Amino acid sequence: MSGAEPLLSVAELTKHFPVLGGLFHRRVATVHAVDALSFELAKGETLGIVGESGCGKSTTARLTMRLLEPDAGRIALGGAEVGRELSLRALRRRVQMVFQDSYASLNPRLTVEDTIAFGPRVQGASEDAARAKAADLLARVGLDPMLFARRYPHELSGGQRQRVNIARALALEPEILILDEAVSALDKSVEAQVLNLLLDLKAQLCLTYIFISHDLNVVQYISDRVMVMYLGRMVEIGPVEAIYGGARHPYTRALLSAMPSMDPERRTQEAPLAGDPPNPIDPPSGCRFRTRCAMAETACERAVPAPTALGAGHAVACHMAAPGSGHSRAAT
Amino acid sequence: MSAPAAALTPVAAPAARGYWANVGRRLTRDPVSMACLGVLALILLAAVFAPYLGLADPYRGSMIRRLRPIGTEGYPLGTDELGRDMLSRLIHGGRLSLLIGILPVINAFVIGSLLGILAGYVGGRVNMAIMRTIDVFFAFPSVLLAIAISGALGAGIVNSLVSLTVVFVPPITRVAESVTTGVRNLDFVDAARASGAGALTVMRVHILGNVLGPIFVYATSLISVSMILASGLSFLGLGTKPPEPEWGLMLNTLRTAIYVNPWVAALPGAMIFAVSICFNLLSDGLRSAMDVRR
Repeated sequence: MSGAEPLLSVAELTKHFPVLGGLFHRRVATVHAVDALSFELAKGETLGIVGESGCGKSTTARLTMRLLEPDAGRIALGGAEVGRELSLRALRRRVQMVFQDSYASLNPRLTVEDTIAFGPRVQGASEDAARAKAADLLARVGLDPMLFARRYPHELSGGQRQRVNIARALALEPEILILDEAVSALDKSVEAQVLNLLLDLKAQLCLTYIFISHDLNVVQYISDRVMVMYLGRMVEIGPVEAIYGGARHPYTRALLSAMPSMDPERRTQEAPLAGDPPNPIDPPSGCRFRTRCAMAETACERAVPAPTALGAGHAVACHMAAPGSGHSRAAT
Repeated sequence: MSAPAAALTPVAAPAARGYWANVGRRLTRDPVSMACLGVLALILLAAVFAPYLGLADPYRGSMIRRLRPIGTEGYPLGTDELGRDMLSRLIHGGRLSLLIGILPVINAFVIGSLLGILAGYVGGRVNMAIMRTIDVFFAFPSVLLAIAISGALGAGIVNSLVSLTVVFVPPITRVAESVTTGVRNLDFVDAARASGAGALTVMRVHILGNVLGPIFVYATSLISVSMILASGLSFLGLGTKPPEPEWGLMLNTLRTAIYVNPWVAALPGAMIFAVSICFNLLSDGLRSAMDVRR
C-alpha cells in the first residue's frame, strides 16, 4: 500500500434504505446499512471483511458492484471513477461476485454451461467461444466439462454448485472477485477444498479478492488485510497479523475473543459481548459500538470516531486510540 | 475454438434433454393427466370436425319428437325441448363453449403476464400503478364483473369474450407479479445483472423461463372457471343467443324440462363439468411435471 495507485478505492460509501409504511408508502424510518465507508484495495491482495450479521457486509459488496445504487460516495477502479471515466458496464466486467446461496444464484432452468457462457455472450463473445470458455473454466474449477457442462443446478451438490458460481464469476476475466460469504454455506471439508481452489485461482489468474465472511478462522486463513465492520461503519482495518495479534478496537477484541481457541492455554480472557447489535434504524449517536462497550464514556456519545492511523496500514476508529479525543484512556 | 464443444456433445448427450422435453416426459407418465388429455382431445376433435361426423342438423327440430329420453331409436342422447338431436347439439355446442372458455384465458394470459412481469421486474412506482389499478377490479366479484361488462356492451359472443378477458386479467397479473417478484430477488438475477446484461436480456433469459410455467399452470386452471362463467352469461341471455348450440345456453333452455326429462336436461351440465375437471386435473399434473427438483 506504499504510494502505489490502489486498484480499487472506495470513498465515503453510504447507503440508507428507506423503511416504507403507512398510507401511500411514506418513508417512516431509515436503515443505516452502510455509513461513510472508505477502503482501498491493492492489486493482488485479499481484503477480508468481517462483522456480525446485519452489519452491512453484503450491502458493501452489492454497492461495490453497483447492484445497489449508493446514496453517496465514490468508487474508483484503477483511478477511473465509476459513473464518470468508467461505465457501469466496464465496472461489471472487471469486478465480479460470488454469492452465498449457491442454489439461488444459479438459474434452475439453465445448464451449467449456459450459466457460465451467459456473461461472455452478453459481452459479445460468439456462441462457440463462450462454450469453449465455459468448458475451460469448468476444468479450472475442478469439474470435468464432459460430465458437468450439460447438467442442471439441481443435479449438483452444494460444493459443485459453488464451483460453478466461481466459474461463472471468472467468465468475464475480472480483476477483482467479491466473495460474499462464498464458502459459509458449505460443510467444513468442502469449504476447505473451495478455499484452496480460490487460493490456486488467485495465483494462476492474478486476482484480487474481497472476502466477506463471519468466520474469523477462514478470514485469517485467506486474507492479507482485514476490515472489521460494525453497524454499517468500519471500526478497524489492518494487516491480518495486526488485527489478529494486536487489535485495538474493543469490538474487534471482543469478536476475536469469541473465537473458540484450540489451545487450552489461551482461553478466553475478556468478557464476551452480550446482547445484539442496536437497531440500524436508529443507531446510537457518536460511536455506534458505545452501547455495548465496557469502556464507553461521554466522549463516545458526542462524536463519531474518525479512523486513526496506527502505522503499517493499521487504522482504528476508536476514541481511545485518538489522541486528544477527550476519552480518559486516550493520549492527550 | 469449437473443438472442445464438438468433443463434448456425444458424451454429455444423456443429460442434454431440454427442460420442456423433461416436462413432457414426466407428464406422459402421469395416468390421470394423460386420461384428462385424452378426454379433452376427444371433445376438442369432435367439436372441430362436428360438420363431418354425419350428425343430425343441430338446428332442425321436430314438434312431435320433443324431449325423448336417452337411448331413443335414432336419438342416442334423446332430444331437447324443441325436438332437436341432443348428441349433435352437444358436439356442435362444444365449438362455441370451448372457444369462449379458452380464448379469454389465452388473451388474459398474454395481457396479464405482460403486466405482471413488468410490474414485478421494474417494481417501484410502475408496480404500484399497475397493481393498484388491478386491485380495483378485485373489488367486484368476478361473476358480477362479467355480467356488468357484458350487460354494458350488449349480448353477443364477441362481447362476452371481451368481458371474460377483463375478468381474468387481474388474477393472472397478480400471480405473474408475485412470481416475478420472487424470482427477481434471487441471486442469479443479480449475477446476470452483474455480468453487464441489460434489463431485456435478463428478462428474456432469466425471468421468463422461471415465471411463465407457474403462470401457465394457473391460467390452465382458469379455463374451467371461464367455461362456467361463459355458460352463466349465456344462461342469463348475455352470451350466445338461441338457437345457437352452446352448453350454457342449452342448460338454460332445458331447465324447464328438468321434471319431464331430468337426464337429458343434465347433459350440457355434464359436458361443462367434464371439461372443467379435466382442465383442472391437467393443470395439477402440469404443475408437478414442471417441478424441476424431481
